Amino acid sequence: MSNLAVRVEDIGKQYNIFKEAQYTTLREKIVEVVKSPVKTLLNPTGSQKFWALRNVSFSIEHGQVLGVIGKNGAGKSTLLKILSRVVEPTEGEAEIHGRVGSLLEVGTGFHPELTGRENIFLNGAILGMKKTEIEKKFDEIVAFSEIDKFIDTPVKRYSSGMYMRLAFAVSAHLEPEILVVDEVLAVGDAEFQRKCLGKMSDVASEGRTVIFVSHNMSAIQRLTQECIILDKGKMVLRARTPEAVDYYLTNDFSASGERKYSAAEIPASAHPFTPVAVRVKNNANVTTDNLLSVEPVTIEVEYELATDVTGLRVGVYLMTSRGEYVLTSFDTDDPEKYNALGVRKAGRYISRCTIPADTLNEGRFVIGINASSYMVKRYFADERAINFTINATGAPGMQWVEVRQGPLRPRLDWRIEEVH
Amino acid sequence: MTTALETKNKPGVVYIKPSRGWVSLRLRDLWEYRELIYFLTWRDIKVRYKQSVLGIMWAVINPFMSMVVYTIFFGTLAKIPSDGVPYPIFSYTALLPWILFSSALSVASRSMVSSGNMISKVYFPRMIVPLASVMSSVVDFFIAFIILIGMMLFYQITPTIAILWLPALILLALISALGVGFWFSALMVRYRDVGYLMPFVTELWKFLTPVVYPASMIPEKWRLLYALNPMTGVVEGFRYALLGTTQSISLPMILVSSGIAILVLISGLFYFRRMEKQFADMI
Repeated sequence: MSNLAVRVEDIGKQYNIFKEAQYTTLREKIVEVVKSPVKTLLNPTGSQKFWALRNVSFSIEHGQVLGVIGKNGAGKSTLLKILSRVVEPTEGEAEIHGRVGSLLEVGTGFHPELTGRENIFLNGAILGMKKTEIEKKFDEIVAFSEIDKFIDTPVKRYSSGMYMRLAFAVSAHLEPEILVVDEVLAVGDAEFQRKCLGKMSDVASEGRTVIFVSHNMSAIQRLTQECIILDKGKMVLRARTPEAVDYYLTNDFSASGERKYSAAEIPASAHPFTPVAVRVKNNANVTTDNLLSVEPVTIEVEYELATDVTGLRVGVYLMTSRGEYVLTSFDTDDPEKYNALGVRKAGRYISRCTIPADTLNEGRFVIGINASSYMVKRYFADERAINFTINATGAPGMQWVEVRQGPLRPRLDWRIEEVH
Repeated sequence: MTTALETKNKPGVVYIKPSRGWVSLRLRDLWEYRELIYFLTWRDIKVRYKQSVLGIMWAVINPFMSMVVYTIFFGTLAKIPSDGVPYPIFSYTALLPWILFSSALSVASRSMVSSGNMISKVYFPRMIVPLASVMSSVVDFFIAFIILIGMMLFYQITPTIAILWLPALILLALISALGVGFWFSALMVRYRDVGYLMPFVTELWKFLTPVVYPASMIPEKWRLLYALNPMTGVVEGFRYALLGTTQSISLPMILVSSGIAILVLISGLFYFRRMEKQFADMI
């Protein structure tokens, strides 16, 4: 018997983009039919079609951990939804050997009025667990979520962190043969994220199959051996993880030092945050993707807020082209500034920071952006918004031509003392 | 080709492919997920009266208040005949299955849209959603039934052997609600208008059903046509089974009502299944 876990062949999913409303009303429909019967017959929904995913084929063996990477709107979520049978493909077919559990649905069907205990059973049943199975794992789920004291409290009284922990705990104990994970890891505190990643690598090391969709390159590198890259609904590469990450982070960038966002790249869930552009500027305030190690690097994130946002933080990640994080920084890192701002009014903003001169080593760097209200909502994230190159001319140690290890190249204050 | 067909039957393997046209009902899937039906029903019941002071009492208050109003306006003022039984129990006996039907129908119709979050995130046979909401109305029905027993004692009405019809009649009410519920819930995913239409449809339907008046008011020759409304059979059947009224009901009427109810259920199931693949995209 073959060891096949998932086989996907030429799968495609076509969506209708409705011109105006998300759903038609009967009155519009009637008016439309009366006005232009032929057109309505040919194109009953009055919409345009586009392929969210097309001609994607791959297979996974049991026990393999496959990463799926791609920009927002590349078709990653569509792929997962097809594999977890939430949506039906428009063409192609897939074959799944074993139960699929997906962490797409963390907290699905949770009812705020029900207690933690009741929700565990309800959520478990929705995820396809048998009652006896839930009973057997009940204590483990409670222990994992660390909510034992509140197990008989309605979940509407939970903090968002507790809610997430409980929701994740149920999903994580489903023990499917094939686990499909979307970017749930973006939520929750660091400790909780660590637990989630731990649970996932447990699942992987138990020899179960994992399909892991993420923007988080370091998580991808830690957890997967192999990745596929999706771009505009097509699979562009399947390769070993280091190679795929490098390809993903360094390809397909505009070399202008500016990254503008078009409406199609911004998911509806970003509301009220709309990214406008990310820019890298040099010492002379010129937008460029080529900078010197000895000059400050200014990073600008321009965005619009459609409504007032409480506790907003807009920030950047800096990564090497190999996907290692160099730093993370938010515009409200300063506690005083954070408290003073409180609510950020609707409007257009630029959040700007400067990496001091003599910080970065030569090489390519990737900037990701993130806008969130801590523990409330992540509005938008783009893990590879833009990249730039640092040139080491004039940096310390340039008298030697060898490549310096590490992402940083600070001008450290060396003292040489003779010891008697 | 034969090998492909053979592998289709391998247990534990799920085949995902686009479905076209009329598709199988996959009732076996429904059986696999029977525990989910139970849990969703239980959730609906549990949540329904949370944070209401009178709680489950509402299941009794609603039909009781309606009965009082009907007795005053239709029974006493309009002097509508009641097949020889006191008007209060005449209308309450009809209100029980009617409220079972109308509340099951209204919850079921809204169910797909209100479970949108679940439907767009996880797979399970979609039919479970309207099914569970119909089931949750049954509990209310039995609670309201207690009052009827009290009223029968009060009016000293002893049920005859005809009471054995009752389970079948309750089933008929549920089948009717489920059939229409499948149609409406699937339609509502597409056209939210259905939600606004519902109160009117239910109101009209109530007057097309012999709730406030007896079916005997309808001329004999129209009765079979009248029974095309499955709730006619249910409501008059209830009066026959519990109060022993015989003027308004005949076996052919029951058969016509049952036939229509089953037809609506089957067509509803198929329509629902056909629309199912679009639900997650449209909700």
